[in-house]
Amino acid sequence: MKRIAALALLAWGTAFAQSAPKVDLARLDYGLAARPLAPGVWVVEGANADFSPANGCNIINTGFIATGAGVVVINTGPSRRYGEQLRALIERTVREPIVQVIHLNLHPDYFLGNQAFADVPRLATDSTRAGMVREAKAYEDNLYRLCGDWMKGTEAVLPSGTVMLGPLRVGGREMELREFRGHTDSDLVLVDKASGVVFAGGLVFAQRIPTTPHAQVGAWLASLQSFSALPLKTLVPSHGPVRGDASAVGQTQRYLQWLDRRFTQAAEQGVEMNELLRAEVPAEFRGWAAFGTEYTRNVAHLYPRYEQAVLRGDKPAAKP
Amino acid sequence: MPVMLDRRRACLLIACVPWAGRAWADDTGGDPFRSLQWPDLKREFFGSATVVFDERVQVRAPAFAEDPMNVPVSVAALGLPDIESLVVFVDRNPIRKVLEYQPLAALASVGLRFKLEQASPVRAAARTKDGVWHVGGTWVDSSGGGCTASGATRKDGSWSQTLGQVSGKLFPSSPMADAPGSSSASRLRVRVMHPMDTGLVGGIPAFYVNRLSVRDAQGRELLRLSTFEPVSENPVFSFDFPGRVAGGLRLVGTDNNGNRIDSRIE
Repeated sequence: MKRIAALALLAWGTAFAQSAPKVDLARLDYGLAARPLAPGVWVVEGANADFSPANGCNIINTGFIATGAGVVVINTGPSRRYGEQLRALIERTVREPIVQVIHLNLHPDYFLGNQAFADVPRLATDSTRAGMVREAKAYEDNLYRLCGDWMKGTEAVLPSGTVMLGPLRVGGREMELREFRGHTDSDLVLVDKASGVVFAGGLVFAQRIPTTPHAQVGAWLASLQSFSALPLKTLVPSHGPVRGDASAVGQTQRYLQWLDRRFTQAAEQGVEMNELLRAEVPAEFRGWAAFGTEYTRNVAHLYPRYEQAVLRGDKPAAKP
Repeated sequence: MPVMLDRRRACLLIACVPWAGRAWADDTGGDPFRSLQWPDLKREFFGSATVVFDERVQVRAPAFAEDPMNVPVSVAALGLPDIESLVVFVDRNPIRKVLEYQPLAALASVGLRFKLEQASPVRAAARTKDGVWHVGGTWVDSSGGGCTASGATRKDGSWSQTLGQVSGKLFPSSPMADAPGSSSASRLRVRVMHPMDTGLVGGIPAFYVNRLSVRDAQGRELLRLSTFEPVSENPVFSFDFPGRVAGGLRLVGTDNNGNRIDSRIE
């Protein structure tokens, strides 16, 4: 009886889950749901939050596209378990084999689900592949520490090949892969031509403080400027809600511009890190997801460059 | 283990009687962080001197260490008169003492970054003229490993090209100027290029800056610092002075291998 009731509850849960997944901690079930954005294009939305055991450390939006000649998967999530549940979800949703996985950058939740896609070509840029080789061990350690049991059995499986930039034609589907930089050294964006759905990867954050462990603020802002020229009907950021317009691009731009001004000013006034961490932040940004932890990380990652420029007496020029 | 249980029960009983002796209340000597290392630390650092927990010794650090090799800590004891010495130490580091600071002509405040091996209380103690140590602290969570991994310039070998180089700047007003009694404060920030090896990484002996001092144009010593292994690679220090400081400062010092640091700061 109990089991039937639990199953019924679960079915009810998934049927009504629209965006924030219903996580089942006891069964380590991410409650992944595929939401159609256009014919043949689905997003699988994570929580708009920081990594925590309560959300299974599922804070990423992954996606998949049916082409008539197989499914293209965009990113594989933070763990082996996520990868397995994502694959099961895709197989429940589309009656086509999975033919390709694309990783939009080197960050852990873009590829730690790869064990479930070990039999499929997994593609990324050379720079991203090199970065994954460098960081994989640290990512495993850190996510085990932050997420606990959700990570059981997870081991990094690296991409199997290098992605071709430019037009990507699979079956009847015309897509395009464009490379930008700034969030990391290589930020891929996938555009589905027919539907205008853009998977923006880590370049755009919606209602969430951007992550910056590999960021170059100047390059990032320049990328966002050219990004706005893309034909776009639906924007899927890796973190934060999917939008029917480019408003999230503006949010990310505003935040980075503010950060750059604030850090420059602080460094010129001799402010040290703890003072910067306690200084007032505009209400708009304080209201975004993960502010409490991610802003602290932004300061740790980026402020030393601004400090050093001032202490060395560099002429104010290129943004760090 | 039965001994522990009995003692806990005893504590519970005493807690019910409000005027009962508080010394019984825990095994940590009344430490606000309830750190079992505290009684040993107290003996090691302060011997038989009087030690009090005092909120006027402010220790600021982020709640978690994003980079355990560079954890920013800022100490200020501006509400206490006549501080002769400030000590910064970390309960659960393999090497606990981070630095000793004698402010001399400077304010009793210092900012720096240090290496954190695991989650721990981070403390500062300020000794006033009467010989009493006033102790404050904060808790920093960490993924760990800050003291037992080599720094970036050790990994890529670039440390030897920059060893001992100093950059720095005097700022006409200090962000500390908001604190009471320091409205005309100015700030000095300096960065010293040094790998600051802890000696806890295989095959790399301890190699760190151990003494620094700031002198004015007349050679008068304005502040003095003893630094230890846990100070971060290429350390950045912030010091505050009660008023404007004339230019032409010099930073002089040594490392534990006898290399000299001597640089003018404009």
